[in-house]
Amino acid sequence: MIPALLLMLGVGGVCGIVLSLASKIFYVYEDPRIAMVEGVLAGANCGGCGYAGCSAAASAVVSGQAPASVCVVSGKTGAEAVAKVMGVEVGNAEAPLSYNMCEGGSRAADKYHYMGVSSCKAMAVVFGGKRLCGVGCIGLGDCVKACVFGAVKIGPKGYPVVDDEKCVGCGACQKACPKNIIEVKTLSERLMKFNQKNDPLAPCAQTCPAEINIPLYINQLKEGKYKEAVRTIRLRNPLPLACGRVCPHPCEDECRRGIEDEPVSINQLKRFVSDYEMNSGSRIPITCAPDTGKKIAVIGGGPSGLSCAFFLRRIGHQVDIFEAMPKLGGMLRYGIPEYRLPKKVLDWEIQGILDLGIKSFCYVKFGVDFGLGSLMAAGYNAVFLGVGAWEDFSLGIEGENLEGCFTGINFLQRISGGEKIKLGRTAAVVGGGNTAVDCARTLLRLGLDKVYMVYRRTRKEMPANEVEIIASEHEGIEFVFLAAPTRVIGDDQNKVTHLEYLKMQLGEPDKSGRRRPEPVEGTETLLAVDMVISAIGQSPDASFKKQDPQPRMKELELTKWNTIDNNPATLQSSIPYIFTAGDAATGPSLVVEAIGGGRRAARSIDLFMKGKAVEPMKDSLQKKRIHESIFTHVDGVKKTPRAKMPEISVNERLDSFVEVDLVLPEVDAQKEAERCLNCCRICYNPDTDFPMAKKAG
Amino acid sequence: MGDLFVLVISCIFINNILLAQYLGNCPFLGTSKKMETAIGMAMAVIFVLVLAGGLTWILNEYMLKPMDVVYLQTLSFILVIAALVQFVEMFLKKSIPALYGSLGIYLPLITTNCAVLGVCLINIKEEYTFIESLVTSFAYAAGFGLALVLFAGVRERILLARVPKPLQDVSIGLITAGIIAMTFMSFKGMV
Repeated sequence: MIPALLLMLGVGGVCGIVLSLASKIFYVYEDPRIAMVEGVLAGANCGGCGYAGCSAAASAVVSGQAPASVCVVSGKTGAEAVAKVMGVEVGNAEAPLSYNMCEGGSRAADKYHYMGVSSCKAMAVVFGGKRLCGVGCIGLGDCVKACVFGAVKIGPKGYPVVDDEKCVGCGACQKACPKNIIEVKTLSERLMKFNQKNDPLAPCAQTCPAEINIPLYINQLKEGKYKEAVRTIRLRNPLPLACGRVCPHPCEDECRRGIEDEPVSINQLKRFVSDYEMNSGSRIPITCAPDTGKKIAVIGGGPSGLSCAFFLRRIGHQVDIFEAMPKLGGMLRYGIPEYRLPKKVLDWEIQGILDLGIKSFCYVKFGVDFGLGSLMAAGYNAVFLGVGAWEDFSLGIEGENLEGCFTGINFLQRISGGEKIKLGRTAAVVGGGNTAVDCARTLLRLGLDKVYMVYRRTRKEMPANEVEIIASEHEGIEFVFLAAPTRVIGDDQNKVTHLEYLKMQLGEPDKSGRRRPEPVEGTETLLAVDMVISAIGQSPDASFKKQDPQPRMKELELTKWNTIDNNPATLQSSIPYIFTAGDAATGPSLVVEAIGGGRRAARSIDLFMKGKAVEPMKDSLQKKRIHESIFTHVDGVKKTPRAKMPEISVNERLDSFVEVDLVLPEVDAQKEAERCLNCCRICYNPDTDFPMAKKAG
Repeated sequence: MGDLFVLVISCIFINNILLAQYLGNCPFLGTSKKMETAIGMAMAVIFVLVLAGGLTWILNEYMLKPMDVVYLQTLSFILVIAALVQFVEMFLKKSIPALYGSLGIYLPLITTNCAVLGVCLINIKEEYTFIESLVTSFAYAAGFGLALVLFAGVRERILLARVPKPLQDVSIGLITAGIIAMTFMSFKGMV
């Protein structure tokens, strides 16, 4: 008995002494704060923070590699506790949230042979399980099993739905998903995401220059969640009211229904939900990431500048907009007439953007009132140059300076600015683009008796939006096709009396695929008009380059079209801290193109701000199509007529600048949304019970 | 030398600590869901078991036996093994941080692992020499690792199968373990 006790005492004692010695000898200095920090972390060891367990996260905090808000589980209170230990302010880190990209869940049974397999991971391993889609949601719920917080559920539509309240952004679901369907991203990351090669994208969403998730918002509209739909659009487009009115909707050209039937009236639906917000009397709150303390100057308050400012602000940067004109809006305000986009609507929309905390300075011209040097001195970390394309091309013919001659954008801008211009009775508008049509329709509304549109090719080649051409035909504008102006003839008081043009005929197609007009000799014709407006295109006004005394400005390279040269993928100009998009970079183009460019530039600026390499997003589509998603025929489509756009009568139109196109009534919008096939990359909801699986054989 | 070889074969295959002796089932089920963790665990067990086997043999031979208190084996071994693991953890942290990084999280799991204790007790019962004890400890640990890695592979494959609801996860795991154990019985009579 005694020896036994003594032995155990001895062994115990030796162990104790050895361990205590070891703890002295093998002592590794550990900041005592590490243990304290670890004490206040959640202790879930979930790895959601990206470190191997809580103790690793704690040492990262103490060594300054991780912010106080490192723990995704304990949230704000945890961050405060950590910050207290560390004696620092809580960094306003953004909480990442999980969200799902694939909408084709209910079609999963069509897409996969399940063969009794019960886990997504296993299904992904079995290649034979794939029947149709290589990227879509398998729907067996590995993400649901992975979530320890009960935030992920397989929704009624067969794909995972995340409960934002419960989600802590630990990333377990993303790791469990074999298909990159469920992704854990912060708001900033979501805002700065671009369409990528392997995303589940419908053809319309691939086509949209702003990369709006079109099927998602149409689906939300269908479910009556109008606010959600607006939020979805605002993730990509800060100007849905303006776009809903003026966008020529390239998305509708790619609409899968359009292959067998009339395409879905996507833009009308966008306008419906955004008008719904405006008419509801309250603004849907727009969330922004916490402040980063970086300051960016946006030069030009047009669509690209507003878009860039909007996205930069939403990801937490401080943005100031500088605008040369008296009010923000750029071409939206000064180039697009009131009857297409009422100023009241535009003001409401722009106010919403400014309400995010963006300051604007109007009536200051870059290169004249301020320059690159003053911006740098004022502490701006980067500059976005979105000055648009405001310089009209001249016809280069005799008599262009006579009284009664105007240029397109200049004319529209002066009218929009409220200037009283001395008008004539009959006018000729030269050109076939949107600016020309806008000028012609504006002139009619200003009370002219007769307006001609003189275009050197035919109606088929007119670059203006089809709806605009049709509307101007209804309104009584007379088209003079195959006519090239040669001379403007004036009287002895230098007032325009006639426009002389040469008749043309179409020859061989040129590089753009349009048949080149060739003059027919000796066919000079006179058109009796007292106003001539030339609207044959614009280029950016790059006079700031010469006016700005800052020597650095000389490094800014321009293209031969006078646009600002940039890296087309990152939109960075030849001066690293200047980024550019919109018409200033692309030449005259669509509003939605400028909006998309603004967001792309915002991402590059953000990378530049963070000191990272300004590189394009990997596998970014940049309007390239996903080959497998483009069909030649679509089965299971029942023809249903497209919603007709309501518009006011021609008589009402011509007397005023009242908006012509009206918003769809709710019933029609719902009906139109029903027409959407809710397409994804390769699957869709057919009208008839046509099984997708049969298609794949 | 030939004897040692036979010993190794018998420890790994015939008397496999997991599948024939049914020891160390908790980490067997706990760490076998993923191949990666299974391999980490196997390495940690080999490392600790060889050390523990040696130390407990010395303890038994030079303290328990002379003092005629062999009945205290279990008690004293637990104490010594626990202290040893703690010691190793501290030593690795200071001297070989890389190894600590890869094995570190598994070490505390082994502190009072029945497989480790079991092997030490078997060594004493079979009256092995010191060298034999070290070899058997290594071989048993290798057998543990083999079974664990095999099992992890099988469990990853089980994901592909349709398992009836009441049998999912651990239940099917135990059944599988039983079947693997039966296959290991075919090694009986090899030596």
